[in-house]
Amino acid sequence: MEIIKTDTHFNFVRLMKPAVILSLAVILLGIASLIWHGGPNFGIDFAGGSLIQIKFKDEPNADKIRSALKPMGFEGSIIQKFGPQEVIIRTVESGADPKELTSRIEEVFTAAFGKDAYEIRRIEMVGPKVGKDLTRKALLAIFFSWIGILIYVGVRFEFRYALGGIVALIHDVLITITFLSLFDKEFDLNIVAALLTIIGYSINDTIVIFDRIRENSRKNTRMPLLDVINVSVNQTLSRTILTSFTVLIVLTILFIFGGAVIHDFTFALIVGAVAGIYSTVFIASPIVLVFEKIKPSGLKRKK
Amino acid sequence: MFKSIRIRTAVTIVVCLAALVYLAPTLTPDLPEFWKTYLPTDKIHLGLDLQGGMHLVLEVETAKAVESTLERTVGDLKENLMDKRVRFKLRERTKERDVSFEFPDVAAREAFDKLLRNDYPDLEIASSETVEGRGSVSLRIKDKRAAEIKKLAVEQSLETIRNRVDQFGITEPEIIPQGIDRIIVQLPGIKDTARAKSLIGRTALLEFKLVDEEHSLEEALKGNIPEGSIVAYESRTDRTSGRRSQNPVLLKSKSLLTGDALESAKVQIGDRFGEPHVSIKFNAQGAKDFDRITGENVKKRLAIILDGMVHSAPVIQERISGGQAQITGSFTMEEATDLAIVLRAGALPAPVVILEERTVGPSLGQDSIDKGTWASIIAGILILIFMVVYYRLTGLIADVALAMNMLLLLGIMAAFKATLTLPGIAGIVLTMGMAVDANVLINERIREELRLGKTPRAAIEAGYAKAFLTIFDSNVTTLVAALFLFGFGTGPVKGFAVTLTIGIVVSMFTAIVVTRIIFDYFIWNRKIQGISI
Repeated sequence: MEIIKTDTHFNFVRLMKPAVILSLAVILLGIASLIWHGGPNFGIDFAGGSLIQIKFKDEPNADKIRSALKPMGFEGSIIQKFGPQEVIIRTVESGADPKELTSRIEEVFTAAFGKDAYEIRRIEMVGPKVGKDLTRKALLAIFFSWIGILIYVGVRFEFRYALGGIVALIHDVLITITFLSLFDKEFDLNIVAALLTIIGYSINDTIVIFDRIRENSRKNTRMPLLDVINVSVNQTLSRTILTSFTVLIVLTILFIFGGAVIHDFTFALIVGAVAGIYSTVFIASPIVLVFEKIKPSGLKRKK
Repeated sequence: MFKSIRIRTAVTIVVCLAALVYLAPTLTPDLPEFWKTYLPTDKIHLGLDLQGGMHLVLEVETAKAVESTLERTVGDLKENLMDKRVRFKLRERTKERDVSFEFPDVAAREAFDKLLRNDYPDLEIASSETVEGRGSVSLRIKDKRAAEIKKLAVEQSLETIRNRVDQFGITEPEIIPQGIDRIIVQLPGIKDTARAKSLIGRTALLEFKLVDEEHSLEEALKGNIPEGSIVAYESRTDRTSGRRSQNPVLLKSKSLLTGDALESAKVQIGDRFGEPHVSIKFNAQGAKDFDRITGENVKKRLAIILDGMVHSAPVIQERISGGQAQITGSFTMEEATDLAIVLRAGALPAPVVILEERTVGPSLGQDSIDKGTWASIIAGILILIFMVVYYRLTGLIADVALAMNMLLLLGIMAAFKATLTLPGIAGIVLTMGMAVDANVLINERIREELRLGKTPRAAIEAGYAKAFLTIFDSNVTTLVAALFLFGFGTGPVKGFAVTLTIGIVVSMFTAIVVTRIIFDYFIWNRKIQGISI
């Protein structure tokens, strides 16, 4: 079976300008959304605070929960529905004394709902100190993974490829952040893991096309780089679509069946995977071309 | 060539068998007896998010340990100065956590200097000044010594917490230091988290102090606390109403005996009311001291103080020899048990604060496993079907490689005792998607070569050769990113990086080596002419 014919001749490079404009527009939208929401919606991992996940026997009633939380001083918390019977209660402050958080919650909920009507399924408390630490580590992880990629691709290919790859990565991360902000999703450690996966996946995808460009430009030293890129993207098109298709199948299934805990995580991955495929074709390779125009590479003239 | 196939097949079989051996304990609970003695029995380690349990990050307030050392040393120095009849005045402690002494004349100052030099190597003079012939000196702990105290405080805390957790009876707890002054405590499967937290987090400093009955408590409460005394509070629980109240008590600030002098502590049930209390036994020195203290202070009240709160302050009826005592109070059985545990394990050298807590109930963990497993199975089956539909027999070869990929991935996770977390499951599923990629790359290349009119053998040869470099570069780049995630990541990020790293390595092996063996077998042994691709 073949979905994509091999002898496609799409002119991807010509689409570069509109593609860049589209991407910039989306990213600008993201920045606007971030400003509108007053910055990223940081989860307790980074902002500090507490999170309590409670499962109720019956349909939970947010107002009743809110009034139950009043004696704890938690009535200002965010109460989110999480699946049919569950709610998540989020507070900005980590509570008076974390040692007693659990027992206090049990106290007020038993008073309000009765002992067997609810079940505390998850409690997380992150102090502000740790939050800062986690933020720093997450940023370091992203930053150094970029440096690592830059060095490896720079050594294995050429520096302009490395730059093209990194620009594509930054693009993917920004697009993902845009969508996370548009849908008002929370930024927590899982989302960082997702962003990092996107980085890994997108670079994987990009390298495959770079590899083709490298191969083709060695084979046809006289062909202009623009054509080499077009030929290469076309040659790998069937693979790009096939692989993306399988990855997206997997992610969609995780999104649907994976449960509420990893819902946002897979959401980010899906957005990132789509952005990754798009940037591989429309952003990464043309950037190589841009750098070629600024500073021609010696590779093609060697032979 | 045939020999090479045999070697590669042998390697693959050995690797797969090893993976199976490591996976067996996870797959089946009842292993045969010989297995338990000779072969690995560790299951794949589940993260707390899957298993349920509690994850705590504690910070040892090491500065407090230095402070209390300074306090103790200065107390000793003060007594020493009084013994030597050196005149001095101890000033209130300043904000900078040092202590200053004032001396009326040069002779006193010289005597002090001498004493300090000879007997107190840990102390140093932070600053000194002379105002109108009165020398004033402020002291602090030497930096090097302070660093030692801090380090020791963390080590001791770690040890103490480990002891407490062990005595509490939790299976497979993990208590590890992190950074300079933090301790990570992981208690899988724990149910009563509130109790565990109070057990781990309390300092449990036991002190015995005399009640100051010479001065008026009322005066002290107004703010005129006599020198050498402090106001502490006694917590009482009314048995009928369950209401807690606090009564102030005026105590002599000198602590006569501390929990260090204990040899053991255990719960006992009282004869009269069947109430639990904690009975303690002093060590040899402690028993001697206790004997002396009770002997000297008959008819006075001796307060038992735990973490600054007065537990009880009974009147000493007579000299108590034998080194036995009881701590009574309105305990529940649980409270008494926990108190006995913390007294046995000893006090923390400095208070700890909980910086981070994550508790996952066991039912949520099970839900996550179920959902994650189902999602993986469905995704896996869909991919397998898709590959066969798209590449026909070659797709089947890729499917064999995929199945082997899963087997090896899980086997290696079990072998390396890597922890499987929920994002880790997502990582596995994603690895499946990416493992397919390698096969897609190879198959697309073979198709291209076939289209050029090459024979199947040449097409496979060229397809693998060309795809290899691509697969290698793209996977190694991802690997580089994954390794950085592992290095800098925490919690879920790390769990994810582990599965991703193993997944990449394994998928390269199965996609490149394993599928090639199958191809080679058909091409060389069966001499087939066409490829179903």
